[in-house]
Amino acid sequence: MAEEYVVQMKGITKVYPNGIAANQDVDFNVRKGEIHALMGENGAGKSTLMKMLFGLEQPTSGEIWVNGEKVNLSSPAVAISKGIGMVHQHFMLVPSLTVAENMVLGMVPKKSGLFIDQKKAVEITEEYSRKFNLEVDPNAKVMDIPVGMKQKVEILKALVRGAKILILDEPTAVLTTQETTELFRELVNLKNQGYTLIFISHKLNEIMEITDRMTILRGGKSMGVHETKDVTAEEISRLMVGRDVVLKVQKDKAQPGDEVLRVRDLEYVNEWGKKMLDKVSFSLRRGEILGIAGVEGNGQKELVDMLFHLNVPNAGTATVNGENILGVSQRKIREKGVSLVPEDRMLYGIAGAASIQENMIADRCGSKRLNKGPMFDMKSIHAEVDQLIQDYTVLCKSGSQRVDNLSGGNIQKVVVAREFSNNPCLIIADQPTRGIDVGATEFIRKKLVELSRAGVAVLLVSADLNEVMELSDSLMVMCGGRIAAYFEDTSELSDEVMGEYMLGLKRQTPEEVRRVCHE
Amino acid sequence: MLQLIFNTDFFFSILRITAPILFATLGAVVGEKAGVSNIGLEGTMMVSALFGSLTTYWSGSWAVGLVVALFCGVLVSLLMGFFAFNLKTDIILTGIAVNMIGSGGTLFLVKVITQQTEGKALASTTSLITAAHQIPSWNIPLIKDIPILGPILSGHCILTYVAFLLVFLTWVLLYRTPLGLNIRSVGENPNAASSVGVSVLKIKYIAIGFSGLMAGFGGAFMSMYYSMGWSLDMVAGRGFIALAAQAMGAGEPVGSMLSALVFGFAQAFSIKVSSKGIDSNLVTPIPYLVTILGLVAFALVLRHRVKKQHSASALEKTAK
Repeated sequence: MAEEYVVQMKGITKVYPNGIAANQDVDFNVRKGEIHALMGENGAGKSTLMKMLFGLEQPTSGEIWVNGEKVNLSSPAVAISKGIGMVHQHFMLVPSLTVAENMVLGMVPKKSGLFIDQKKAVEITEEYSRKFNLEVDPNAKVMDIPVGMKQKVEILKALVRGAKILILDEPTAVLTTQETTELFRELVNLKNQGYTLIFISHKLNEIMEITDRMTILRGGKSMGVHETKDVTAEEISRLMVGRDVVLKVQKDKAQPGDEVLRVRDLEYVNEWGKKMLDKVSFSLRRGEILGIAGVEGNGQKELVDMLFHLNVPNAGTATVNGENILGVSQRKIREKGVSLVPEDRMLYGIAGAASIQENMIADRCGSKRLNKGPMFDMKSIHAEVDQLIQDYTVLCKSGSQRVDNLSGGNIQKVVVAREFSNNPCLIIADQPTRGIDVGATEFIRKKLVELSRAGVAVLLVSADLNEVMELSDSLMVMCGGRIAAYFEDTSELSDEVMGEYMLGLKRQTPEEVRRVCHE
Repeated sequence: MLQLIFNTDFFFSILRITAPILFATLGAVVGEKAGVSNIGLEGTMMVSALFGSLTTYWSGSWAVGLVVALFCGVLVSLLMGFFAFNLKTDIILTGIAVNMIGSGGTLFLVKVITQQTEGKALASTTSLITAAHQIPSWNIPLIKDIPILGPILSGHCILTYVAFLLVFLTWVLLYRTPLGLNIRSVGENPNAASSVGVSVLKIKYIAIGFSGLMAGFGGAFMSMYYSMGWSLDMVAGRGFIALAAQAMGAGEPVGSMLSALVFGFAQAFSIKVSSKGIDSNLVTPIPYLVTILGLVAFALVLRHRVKKQHSASALEKTAK
C-alpha cells in the first residue's frame, strides 16, 4: 500500500541546537489527492515538521520519501523540484511589484534576451488564474490587493513552479469569514484536480469541514492518524489539548476582596481589519487569580497589550482602582501598582546586555532610597539587589553579571523578582513559565499564589492549560476575541470541557459570561 | 545683477557641476533598491579619481585612465560588499572606513607613488594632468547652433552626457530587466526573493558593484575633467550629497536626477555669486544648506503621505 502515499515521513526527530526536541519519532503519511490536516496547539511541532518537508530545516533523524523515492530535502529549491510547494503564513511577496511580477520572480520570461516580457508574465498569470479558478488581478501591485488575493497569488506561485503537493501554513489565520469560505472552495477544487494539500491548523471547525484525514501532534509527538469522518470534534480536542504532567500547587481558597482591575467593552481591530477584541468585559478582585485560557491568537496578546499601553484599543475602558490606565504611559501605569511579566521576556522583560542589577532596579532607579542626590546610592542598590537574588534564588555569580548569560529560567526569575517586589496591587502575568525549566516554573507559580493570598490581584494569561487550571481561582476562556466562557470555580473543570470552549465548539450565553464582571 | 548670474554660462555650469553628483546618485539609487546603503561613495570616488589621474598620466591616454577609474570603483565597492555581506560587518561602518581611506589613504598613496613631498602645498597630481589628458568635450552638431539652448547643452565633457544617459539606462535596468526585478525584490523582501531561488547575496554584490562603477565615473570626471588632477578631499562631499539626492528623489532614477540638479544649481549659484565679489565664506555653505532644507522638505512630504495613508486605512476600518 506504500505506493498510494505521495509523502512519507518516517520516524522524524528534530532536536534544535538549544536542546529543544520539536519533533520526536513522528510518522506522517499523506495520500495522493487528499486534504490532510496537520493539527496541534502552538508549539506542538507542526511548523517544524513542515519546514523539514519544504527543505527549510533538516531532520536530526528519520527519512522522507516523496512519490516513493527517498529524498534529501536540503533546501526549498530541492523541495520545489520534487513538486512540493508551501504557502507561508507570512506572505513571501514583494509589495511594490505587480501580481504578475511576483508570480514570475526568479523565472522571469524575457524578450530580446534582455528585457522582462511583461505581456508574457501577465499571460502566465492569467492562464494559471483561469486554470485553477483563482481570481487575481495580474497588473495590480501586491500592496494594493486584499489579503485574500495575496494568498491566491501565493498558491498560484507554488503551482506555477510545478507543485503537486501544497503545504498551507495556517492559511485562514489572516482571512475574514467570507475569504475563508472562498479559499475552501478553491482548495476543494484543487483537490478535485488531483493535487494533494496539507493543511496546518488548530481550528477544529475548519478541519472538520474540508479535510479527509488528519494527523494530530502534541508536544512534538504524533497522536495518531484519523479519518476525519470517523472522529468527533470532542475526541480531537481531547487529543490536541489533553494534559500530560500535572504539577500540583498547594493553595487555600481565595477570599476575593474589592475590585482592582475593571475592563469594560474593550474592542480592537488590528491593522488587517480583523477584530481581535470584541467587547471584552471583566473584573478582577483583590486576592484572586483570574486565568485566561485559550488557543493563541484569540485576543489574549492584544488584551495584555492594551492593559499595559503597548497598543491602543478602538473602544472601551479599563481602570485600576478606579483610575484610567488606557493610553497612559507605562511609568504612570506602574505608579498605580501594576506589574507586568511579559510574554516575550527577551524583548520586553529585560535589557540583555545590561547587568542583573540594572535590570532589577530598572523600574525603581529613580526612587529616593536608591539615590543620594544626583548619584546612585550604590550601597543600597547592592543591598536591595543581593536580597532579591537571594529571595528569588537567581543562580548567578553576582549582580553585575550580564543578564543574557543566564539560563531562560533564571532570566525569568530576574524579571519576576523585579515585577513582584515593587508592591504591586495587580500583576499581569503573560505566559509566566513558558519555555523554562521545571524548578523555575514551580518557584514562579508558588510565588504567584503566595502574592495573591497576600491580597494582590493576578491576571494570568497562559497557553499552558495545566498552568491556568491549576493556578487560577476563576477562569475565562477567550476565543475569537471574545470571552467564550467564565468559570467561577476551576476545581471541577475537565480538560474536555475546556477544549470545547477553547476551540469554539461551545460558547456560554452573554449572561453567563457577564458574571465575570461581578456586578 | 540677476542678468550677470542667470546667463547661458550659468546654466551650462549647472549641468557640468551636476554630472559627478548625478553619477554618485545613480549609484546610491541602485544600491538602495537592493537594500544596500553604500555610504562609501565619497571615498570610492576619491580612490577612483586618484588612480584615474595617475594612469592617465602614465599611459598618456584618458581612456585608459577612465577604465582604471571604473575598475577601482568596482573593486573598492566589491571589497566593501565582501566585508559587509560575507564577514557581516556593519555596512555603515564599512562605508565610513572606505571614506577614511578615500581621504587619508589616498593622500598617503600619492606621496608614496609620486614621491612628492609636502612642501608649501599638499601632495597632489594636479601638476601631472595637462589639457592633453583631459577627457574631451563634445560639440553636438546642429544643437550647438541653436541660440541659448546651444551654449547650454553643447560643448560638455562626454561624461556629462553619459551621466544623463545613464539616468534613462538605470531606469530601464531597474524596471525593464529581470535583473532589475531581482534587485527590487531583494531590497524589499529578501525572504520572498530567496524563497523562489533568487540569490540575495549575488544580487547585493551586483548592486554594490554597480554603485562602485558609478562612483568610478564620478571620480574620473572629477580628476580628469573638472579639477584636472587629484588633490586632497577634492570630491568635497559630493558622495554624501548624492545620498541626499537619492533620498529626496524617493529612490527613483528620474526624481533623484532632479534632486541632483537642485544641488548642482545651488553649487553653481554659490560659485557664481562668490565670483561676483561676495564673501565666499557666506556662499560656500549654500549647497549644504540646500541639502539640509531639501531633506527636511522630503521628510515632511513623506510624513504627510504616511499620515494620509493612515487616516485612509482608519476610515476603511470604521466603514467596516
